[in-house]
Amino acid sequence: MMGFISYLVNGISLGSVYALIALGYTMVYGIAKMLNFAHGDVIMIGGFVTFTAVSGMGLPPILGVLISVAVCTVLGMVIERIAYKPLRGASKLAVLITAIGVSYFLQNIALLIYGSNTKSFTSVVSMEPLSLADGAIIISGETIVTILACIVIMIALTSFIKYSKSGRAMLAVSEDSGAAQLMGVNVNATIALTFAIGSALAAIAGVLLCSSYPALTPYTGAMPGIKAFVAAVFGGIGSIPGAFIGGILLGVIEILGKAYISSQLADAIVFAVLIIVLLVKPTGLLGKQIQEKV
Amino acid sequence: MKMKAWNKSTKSNLITYGMVIAAYVIMEILMKAGMVSSLLQGLLVPLCTYVILAVSLNLVVGISGELSLGHAGFMCVGAFASAFFSNYTKEAITVSGLRFFLAILIGAAVAALFGFLIGIPVLRLRGDYLAIVTLAFGEIIKNVINVIFLGHDSKGFHISFKDAFSMNMEPDGEVLINGPQGITGTPHDSSFLIGVILILITLFIVINMVNSRTGRAIMAIRDNRIAAESVGIHITKYKLLAFTVSASLAGVAGVLYAHNLSTLAAQPKNFGYNMSIMILVFVVLGGIGNIRGSIIAAVVLTLLPELLRSLNDYRMLMYAVVLIATMIFTSSPGGQAFRERYSLKALLGQKKQEKEAK
Amino acid sequence: MKKKALSLLLACAMTFSLAACGGKGGETEAPAADNAETEAPAEAGNDAEAGDDAEAPAASDGAVIKIGGIGPTTGGASAYGIAVQRGMEIAVEEINGAGGIGGVQIELNFQDDEHDPEKSVNAYNTLKDWGMQVLIGSVTSNPCIAVAEQTYNDNMFQLTPSGTAVKCVQYDNAFRMCFSDPNQGLESAKYIGENGLATKVAVIYDSSDPYSVGIYEAFRAEAANQNIEIVSDAAFTADNRTDFSTAVQGAKNAGAELLYMPFYYTEASLVLAECSKQSYAPLFFGVDGMDGILSVENFDASLAEDLMYMAPFVANSDDEMVKSFVGKYQEKYGEIPNQFAADAYDCVYVVKAAMEEAGVTADMDASAICDALKTAMTSITFDGITGKGISWEASGEPNKAPLIVQIKGGEGVAL
Repeated sequence: MMGFISYLVNGISLGSVYALIALGYTMVYGIAKMLNFAHGDVIMIGGFVTFTAVSGMGLPPILGVLISVAVCTVLGMVIERIAYKPLRGASKLAVLITAIGVSYFLQNIALLIYGSNTKSFTSVVSMEPLSLADGAIIISGETIVTILACIVIMIALTSFIKYSKSGRAMLAVSEDSGAAQLMGVNVNATIALTFAIGSALAAIAGVLLCSSYPALTPYTGAMPGIKAFVAAVFGGIGSIPGAFIGGILLGVIEILGKAYISSQLADAIVFAVLIIVLLVKPTGLLGKQIQEKV
Repeated sequence: MKMKAWNKSTKSNLITYGMVIAAYVIMEILMKAGMVSSLLQGLLVPLCTYVILAVSLNLVVGISGELSLGHAGFMCVGAFASAFFSNYTKEAITVSGLRFFLAILIGAAVAALFGFLIGIPVLRLRGDYLAIVTLAFGEIIKNVINVIFLGHDSKGFHISFKDAFSMNMEPDGEVLINGPQGITGTPHDSSFLIGVILILITLFIVINMVNSRTGRAIMAIRDNRIAAESVGIHITKYKLLAFTVSASLAGVAGVLYAHNLSTLAAQPKNFGYNMSIMILVFVVLGGIGNIRGSIIAAVVLTLLPELLRSLNDYRMLMYAVVLIATMIFTSSPGGQAFRERYSLKALLGQKKQEKEAK
Repeated sequence: MKKKALSLLLACAMTFSLAACGGKGGETEAPAADNAETEAPAEAGNDAEAGDDAEAPAASDGAVIKIGGIGPTTGGASAYGIAVQRGMEIAVEEINGAGGIGGVQIELNFQDDEHDPEKSVNAYNTLKDWGMQVLIGSVTSNPCIAVAEQTYNDNMFQLTPSGTAVKCVQYDNAFRMCFSDPNQGLESAKYIGENGLATKVAVIYDSSDPYSVGIYEAFRAEAANQNIEIVSDAAFTADNRTDFSTAVQGAKNAGAELLYMPFYYTEASLVLAECSKQSYAPLFFGVDGMDGILSVENFDASLAEDLMYMAPFVANSDDEMVKSFVGKYQEKYGEIPNQFAADAYDCVYVVKAAMEEAGVTADMDASAICDALKTAMTSITFDGITGKGISWEASGEPNKAPLIVQIKGGEGVAL
């Protein structure tokens, strides 16, 4: 029983990282309606920037995180301006391929700048781990901070979208960008803002991902990025609470699958669960059911 | 005069066949003349593989209008089924042509079976959800193949899903599929000629399908599902047909791939989602639904990283830049306007107009 | 329509430039052209010269010996390929500085294979067009097996610095510098058993990597003879290697006294961090892939204290050759070389030794060199930085004693 609870805790801690990445994914998808495959690589850049600031230049961790958020925000906007904006109105697939191109680009830029050797990331979290039941269950400081970050970001995002003017503009663009434009919403600025926020979230996710799993390479973001994308779909892509729930569930399923079924088939199990969920609920757990127009 | 009688699509299709045959003849002549570098000679079979993959994926993405991100999975299934067969019968069937022919049939059949089984649930979904589920299936296939251990000894077949040790084989046994190490020692049966023949067969199947009643039904579903349904087109049947045929052709590409290298392992690099996306890039860059475009894009994009070798460390970076730039140039509204303005046709047209004005 | 015509034209242009002058590869010092467009015409200019290249590899005057290298320099395995490339570059510089092989300079050309068998064969063909006479590579096992098939058909001498799978050297023209997988598994089980380090052992391995699986299988077979009980085994895969909490917890719950880790240092750094997080402190035992863990930038070496691993090479050894190599490497690349770099460095010297033994000259073609080197390899005894008195079997396997290294106070010490 203790074993199970402890696996569950590990699952939640992995899931919280997925959830954090998925929040950025789902936000960009919800508004810009594009699968931003480069999101995972922005996460990696966020990790590297913090690494350089904290371990290379000796800045305090909190400053490192802020620098990383700033850099990623700018990076996200630049990517959007150069690679995605010209393709507004083009086919969805063209945008998808461009996003993949951006993903390759970021990986190779990082490879050229930082080299391929693994960097060990010093955790930015200095909180003591929480020890329960005489040390049989240990919840690390990183996990607690990640979950708290998820919840804070989730509330902040939801209220931003609901109550602020630019947030409502986002909602309008996501519902019908043509109509939004006619009503005086600056669609381009709104999408740029979405990318800025999404990339800022990616920077935070990058820092916390690397704090929990401290090996940093130019390919660090790729697989967690895909997993988080799966998590976002799982929860219903476009839905902010869905991304959180999807992320946590995915982490728990992955860890329990590893522990009790087969460690080699963990990914297959995760993907199989995803397929089953989508077959039962074709738009994910909290996804909106879209009525088809005749 | 006879040319006039043919309709436009027939003519266009003949150009496509002609292009492949011409490419083959030119390459053969160049090779006979010793003018072809080893690099290009080595690339001929992979090029055929990617062309088949691109054309077959175009059937799903372009003609049927479904975004599939799991195409590499079917290639993987075809590759492993056929490589297993060829390895097992290496001694029994010594005529390599016959063995390879059977291997191709097996690869195609097994991939078709998987395409059919996976297509049933997948095709109920739409859009991005369909894409993610195909990606999931592709990853599951790769993951599961990596844990299959299959051996043969005097007592028959042994199989394990954990490690080679658990098969409890007799000492004389031979491990045929060794988990992540995959299959090694597959006979080198693929050749450029067979590759080109397979491309032609693929083209024949796909083009005929597109121009048949079936193809029109599939495209009708793509363009307006509800309208198609209302005139009595069986949606699931036609979608599933396109999906299965496409999977089966991807399996054939897998057979070609497996018999070109002596080692076959399901790595993220060759059978993961990265490969599926790579094939999708061929299709999108060549023009969705445009078969000839897929062929050209597959050839160009496979050669590109090899041509960029002299850039050393900047090679893959340049590749990414070229990819982004081409997408913006070919697909963005701005790029299209630019092309229309400065294209050869437009310039010629302008002159013509000027002439007429005079 | 025009778009298609344009792309067709582009395809033809590419094919032509590839057909005509595949010979021009990326020599180590080749200036990087800025973009693809300027590349094609530049290559077309070299037309005539490239044609000769394939026929007669050695130019008449200013003869050089052309050594090719293949390994991943981009992609997830790039750390290993780049280390090999650097190790080879240092050896080539040294040899050239000292007058080359029998007075002939070496030219090195290293090609990227992205850790993919198909790309590895492409890289091999590129090198062949360049006029390669001897191949050092491929770095990783599966690509190496695919390339070995080609070198066997072409009768090209192949020496792999780090292709550990058994089948890498299945043909008589291929040799290796490193230990084979079964050899490492066997030796480490013996060492653990004979020194009574532990009886309850937990294993974590990478089930998607033939290297890791190969070692684990051999380890497991030998463990039975050494009275070692494997109490827990957990696998991870290339797609699933960030989270090791389950694996570590499994080992902890099973009460393992020693954790055997037959995989590379990148993942090992994560496993060690996870163990410390779960306050689990068994003995740690790794294999040669572990070498390099101390060069992980910013790594907390205290996590790896007392970690033991099998290695052919210790960077802080007192050996003069090692010192000189490590010094040069650090000066040039600003990091401590790992065993990949060391094996690669030795490979170049082995080729030199074998060439001198066989009396190979630069004007011999690759096939003749291969025949000469095949016999020479089995008769030389080589002293390098990854071992002394190394000799080779005709099967391609090296005879060298494994070294057990333990990390003490943040440094690797040979036991």
